Amino acid sequence: MARQEGGRLIEILVDIVLLSFLAVMAVGILRLRSLFAVVMLFGIYSLISAGLFVTMDAVDVAFTEAAVGGGISTVLMLGTLALTTDREKEPLGNLQILPLLAVLITGAALIYGTLDMPSFGDPQAPVHLHVADRYIAEGPSATGVPNIVTAVLASYRGYDTMGELTVIFTAGIGVMLLLGAGARRRKD
Amino acid sequence: MQRHLVLRVTTKLLMPFILLFALYVQFHGDFGPGGGFQAGVIFGAGFILYALVYGVENARLVAPDYVIRVLIAAGLLLYVGVGFAGLFFGGKFLDYNVLASDPVSGQHLGILLVEFGVGTTVAATMITIFFTFAARGRDGS
Repeated sequence: MARQEGGRLIEILVDIVLLSFLAVMAVGILRLRSLFAVVMLFGIYSLISAGLFVTMDAVDVAFTEAAVGGGISTVLMLGTLALTTDREKEPLGNLQILPLLAVLITGAALIYGTLDMPSFGDPQAPVHLHVADRYIAEGPSATGVPNIVTAVLASYRGYDTMGELTVIFTAGIGVMLLLGAGARRRKD
Repeated sequence: MQRHLVLRVTTKLLMPFILLFALYVQFHGDFGPGGGFQAGVIFGAGFILYALVYGVENARLVAPDYVIRVLIAAGLLLYVGVGFAGLFFGGKFLDYNVLASDPVSGQHLGILLVEFGVGTTVAATMITIFFTFAARGRDGS
């Protein structure tokens, strides 16, 4: 029992450290004008988010976040910098009241919205009362796949995954159409 | 990047491990964390690393445009094809139970195939997007 308590304490400590790192990254991203450094900080931000997902036992999500957020997005943003510029324009000198107000109100509304959310891991949360029980009970035996995440993604939620794959497919086609073909035609 | 000897040697050493790890993530996704999406991204990242260090032209020799374009569509087609195979064998769309002699191995086969489709399309799309960006930057446009 005492050991479990110690584990929870360490988990809370790790959470606090990771979340404060996130806050530091966010402030750094806001203040820096060199976009190259900002892209690097975004990569670190994604990696720390992945660490947070690991402490929530969502290793599959953490894996995706580390690979996509930390790896691919960073490379793509660097590619965009190579095409455009790596210096952000200096902001207008005077304090902008209206944007500040909009951000504050939106932030307050978002925080107000989280008050209604069920606490993390609450077994009575609506999301756990629908089909999750059936997936956990039947999933491994009905699909022969021990990893429930894979079973849900590929089998129970096969339609959704097909939609996601179509989104990626469309993104690739879109980039090819917008950037690829145009450049080639101009070269001829 | 002609003169970065350390980067070039390290990249060459890492390449097989990155690609092997991607395949491990792909086919071990049934048992541990991972799956087609993550595997595709890691596989694509291997090619992107190679292209960053050795240049897009050299990477294009390994992964020519026409192959990658076919692969983008092939992954999605495999996924949808598995769905239609379910219809063909008398089930519903994306119903894996009918793919093999008993439902459990049918499910296993279906999941393996659609995950492979996801991995193929994701890897090919990532490579294409990077190559397209990089090629455009080089043209100076």
